[in-house]
Parts: sequence; structure tokens; C-alpha cells
Amino acid sequence: MQKTAFPIGAVLRYFAIALYVLFALFPIYWLVKIAVTPDRLIYTEGTQIWPSNFTLDNFVSVLFLTDFLVYFKNSMIVSLGTAFFTTLVATAAGYAFSRFHFRGKTIIIALMLITQMFPLLMIIAPIYKIMAGLRLLDSLTGLIIVYTAFNVPFATFLMQGFFDGIPKDLEEAAMIDGCTRFEALRKVIFPLTLPGLAATLGFIFTAAWSELLFALMLINSDAKMTFPVGLKTFVSKFAVDWGQMMAAGTLALIPSCLFFILIQRFLVKGLTAGAVKG
Amino acid sequence: MTAITLNSINKRFGPVHVLKDISLQFDKGEFVVLVGPSGCGKSTLLRMIAGLEPVSSGDMIFGDTRVNDLEPRERDIAMVFQSYALYPHMNVERNLGFSLELRKRAAAEKKDRTSHAAGILGLDKLLDRFPKALSGGQRQRVAMGRAIVRDPQIFLFDEPLSNLDAALRIEMRIEIAKLHQRLGTTMVYVTHDQVEAMTLADRIVVMNAGQVEQVGTPLDLYSNPANLFVAGFLGSPKMNFVAHDDAALNLPSSLTNPSAQTYGIRPEHIKVTAPDDTAHLVGTIDVVERLGSDTIFYINHGATKPFVVRVPGIDRTAIGEKIGCQFQPEDLHLFDQNGQAISEHKNG
Ligand SMILES: Nc1ncnc2c1ncn2[C@@H]1O[C@H](COP(=O)(O)OP(=O)(O)OP(=O)(O)O)[C@@H](O)[C@H]1O
Ligand SMILES: [Mg+2]
Repeated sequence: MQKTAFPIGAVLRYFAIALYVLFALFPIYWLVKIAVTPDRLIYTEGTQIWPSNFTLDNFVSVLFLTDFLVYFKNSMIVSLGTAFFTTLVATAAGYAFSRFHFRGKTIIIALMLITQMFPLLMIIAPIYKIMAGLRLLDSLTGLIIVYTAFNVPFATFLMQGFFDGIPKDLEEAAMIDGCTRFEALRKVIFPLTLPGLAATLGFIFTAAWSELLFALMLINSDAKMTFPVGLKTFVSKFAVDWGQMMAAGTLALIPSCLFFILIQRFLVKGLTAGAVKG
Repeated sequence: MTAITLNSINKRFGPVHVLKDISLQFDKGEFVVLVGPSGCGKSTLLRMIAGLEPVSSGDMIFGDTRVNDLEPRERDIAMVFQSYALYPHMNVERNLGFSLELRKRAAAEKKDRTSHAAGILGLDKLLDRFPKALSGGQRQRVAMGRAIVRDPQIFLFDEPLSNLDAALRIEMRIEIAKLHQRLGTTMVYVTHDQVEAMTLADRIVVMNAGQVEQVGTPLDLYSNPANLFVAGFLGSPKMNFVAHDDAALNLPSSLTNPSAQTYGIRPEHIKVTAPDDTAHLVGTIDVVERLGSDTIFYINHGATKPFVVRVPGIDRTAIGEKIGCQFQPEDLHLFDQNGQAISEHKNG
């Protein structure tokens, strides 16, 4: 008789993972569920796991009857802009921190750490004042500048970590093979940093996409609102349009998901495997 | 003709003075091996020749061009790193041809030279592989191949074989020797391995604490070490050193020298005799190592360090036995109180 070993350990492991996934995804399920529930059922069937009826009305009205597309476009501009500029600066700074010794390096690193220690609420007033002085209130450019400034320190540390993981020998070998330092960076180091770049881009993109506080303070016209601020317009004085709000939320998930699907193939580890004897 | 001239080269890392006034000349086509204890500055010196590390003071001259301020890529050198430093995102073929790619050589020439190098190193079948799918020895050969496709003026090696196992190391050592014979290019080679140093080198540079202790052919350094450091560094097992006032020492006056503080004798230059008056040193055997080809005795003669004797073949003399040792006058090395060799002892 063949022994049918029941791998109880494996089962428990999968069970734990399933439980975690369920826990993590449930809010998203709820978001989508309410988005597709007809308005008249939202309160009557509020806590039912599966609504008795489905509709796409909420999506239609969000897309065609509200300013959702404007918010969406603004958020897209701000998030992509922030992700791009932050990663650009952080890559250059991270490389410098990782590879060069220069006067004041520790001080700069310490200053960058300190910027991460203030609660946002404390500095929002001065930022407002600065942006007003620069005439950058209620402008997407202003928002991109503020977001970039806030994300650069963390992104720099992230990128520095990735550069530190790439052996220095590689760019030295490239320089001996005939590269300038910049060519070595571009042809050898840069391709190996792709996972790091992807992670940083993704992280900053999502951070900018969901940022509310600064957007709320610095933007006031409907035409410049980013998505998190725009969501507020679904709350009127007397009622909250839950169905539309959730539909908008669902739609807002799409770019982040697409973005991660796009970059996830770079997120694989082990790109430097085989470079040097471990 | 000189390939490399180092003129009072100094290197400081901040307050640390790593290389002190190094002056050397390497001839064109010469195979120079740098040896010395860990941390003595071998890699630093090699990296300065490569242009990866700036020179603090002094002149670095290739042929008759001062290269102090030239970038690595302007120096026409190739370097094999201890860590191999293969480009992980390129397959073997591109790794080999990368330098030609950078120089915008024609595809046909690139193909030609990479396959030639691959042929020499037995990498023909691996050209499509990525470094992560290679064994340590194969990676090492790719690293070597990357250097030879270049046909540079100077090859630099920083302990290229130290990550390989013993058998592969011997194989690659012979490959390198053949490579040097075939190409006749100037090579500077850093190693910890005595056998590599002795077998590969035209000349060996022995370094210690950032200074050059002695430069010479392998056999020259073996037979005429200039000081205690070189005498003790080359040779395995190490040379025995006996203080001039050691009670166990019984040298006839024809062999002694009044200014000698230390006598040195290599383990392989000792004849085992009866422990009587004719013996130059008497002691009891503490440990015996029988290697088959040789037998090594560790003899206790009252000093803290054992006196090591190596005799050819299998010797059955047992532990605890008392034996005598005899030396030939020409094998005896004399050192003064500063540790410098006294060379005229044979006449005096
Ligand atoms: N970037 C640096 N900053 C400060 N000191 C350094 C630096 N690089 C090397 N050193 C010091 O210089 C000395 C020589 O180092 P080097 O790497 O040349 O030694 P080595 O002879 O190659 O040793 P090993 O045989 O262990 O490889 C060492 O004492 C080391 O600590
Ligand atoms: Mg070294």
C-alpha cells in the first residue's frame, strides 16, 4: 500500500498564507462590492457579502457626470512627475553616497535623516508660505516640487542601498575595459540597478498617488485637484454618495496596479548573481 | 626596455601612509610577482598601476610617458580581479568582447578575437551562458579571457587564483605561464601563494608594511635573502632562525661571525646525524610529519620555536629520539643585529 503522507506542515502554511491574503484583500473586495451594488441596495443589503444585484451605473456616472477624469489626469501628472524627478535625484545622490568620499558626506546624510523626523503637520504652514511666495499655490508643478522634496531623502537611502549591493569591482573592471566613469555607470551599473529603480519608482508613485494632506492644503481649484482631494467632492453637505465614491476608488486602483505589473519583472532579485565570487 | 617605472611612489589614505617611497622598474615582457603579508599594500600598488587609485606623490611612468593623471582606460592595461568582476547581465561572449565593443571595433574582428580567446581558455561551448551559470573555475577563465582579447601593453593580476581549489589552481597556474610565453606581455601579478610566486615570476618583489624588502629572481631570493623578513617569508616550511647564543648551537669557529646575531638555515638544507660533538645542533624530536615524498621533523632544542628539518623520503626516526643536525657552510645565512644579511661570512 502506498503511503499517502499528508504534508500537514505544508497545508498549515498555505492556510496561513490564504488567511493573510484574505485579510489583506478584503477591504479591496468591499470597495469593489459597494461600487457595483445598486444605490438602493447599499443600505438595505449593506453587510451582505454578495449583493443580490449588480450594476455599472456608478462607474458610468463617475466617469461621465463628475470631474473624476480631471482628478485622475492631475493625479497621473503629479505622481508620474514626482516619481520621475525623485528617482532621478535619488539615483544620482544614492550613487554618490555609495561610491564617493567627500567632505560633509556624513552631515548631508544626517540632515536628510532629520528631514524625515518632523511630523508633516508641523511644517505644512511654512511650506504653504514658501509656495505662496513662489506663486506655486494651486499648481501641479508646486505639488510635484513639494512631493519630490519630501520623497528624495528616503528614495536616496533606498537607491544607495541598491548601489551598495553592486560590487565596486564591476565598475572598475568596466573602467579598465575602456569605459569612462559615466559609461561604466550607464552600461554596467545602471542595468543592474533596474530592480532598485523599479522599486523606487513604484514606491514614490504610490506615495504621491495617495497623498492627501499637502494636496488638500496647496490646491483649491477644482481643475487642479488630485484624486484623493477630489474624492472629497463625493461627500456633500447632506449625504455621501458611497456607490460613486467606491467606484472612483476602484478606478483609482488601476494605475497603481498597472504600474506594478509593468515594473514587477524588474523587481526580481539576483540580477548580480555570478558577478563576483560570493 | 622598461615597461613600468615607479619613482618614489607614495600612497596615503588620509593619515595612513600605506606605501612608502616605492621605486621599481619592470622590463618589457617581464613577469613580476608582488608578494608580502596581508595588508602590506600589494593590491594598492597594483590598483595605482591600473589607475584605479590616485598616486599621492611620485611618478608612475609607462615606457617614457608619465601616466599619473591618465584614466584607467587611457593606460592600455588589462586587469584580472580576485573577485572576477564579470558583468552579470552579459553572457560570456559579451563579457569577453565588451572592451572591443567600447572601442567600436568591427563585428567580425570582435567575433574573431573573442572566439580566439575562448579557444585558448576552453570556453567555446559556454559563450551563450551568463556568469551565474558558470562554475568558479569557468568564471575565472572568463575573467582571464576578458583580459586577453584586449591585447594590452600590461596585464595586472590581483590574486586571480585564490578563489579556486587546489587542483584548478595548478591547472590555471600553468595556463598563465603558457599565456605569458605566448604573448610575451609585461605582467604584474599579486599573490599569497609561494609556489605561484616561485614558478611564474621572472622577478619577485617582496613587500612588507608598505616598503619593498627585496627584488630579485626567485632563486636569488631563495638563496640570498637580503634580510630576516625575506628569509622567513619565502620557503615552506620556513627557514629556521637560531640566536647566536643559543645553547644548543655548536658551530665551529670557521662558520661563525662575530657580528652575526641570528643564524638561518632552511629545513631542506639539514643533514640528520648522530647527536654527538660533530653535530651543529642537537635536540629531541617533538613531532613528525611523514608526507611520503618528505619527512618533516619538529625538533625541540630548548627554544620556544621548534627547529624544523625536512629530509627526503620516508624516515622512520621516532618521536622522542635525540638527533643531531649538520649544515653546509654555504647553506648557512647570517644576519646582523638589524636583521640584514651578512654576505661575507664565507670568507671570514
Ligand atoms: N580605501 C582605503 N582607506 C584606508 N585604508 C586603506 C584603503 N584601502 C586599503 N587601505 C589600507 O592599506 C593597506 C594596504 O591594503 P592592500 O589592500 O593594498 O593590502 P594587500 O597587500 O593587498 O593585502 P591582502 O594580501 O590582504 O590583499 C591596508 O592596511 C589597508 O587597511
Ligand atoms: Mg590584496
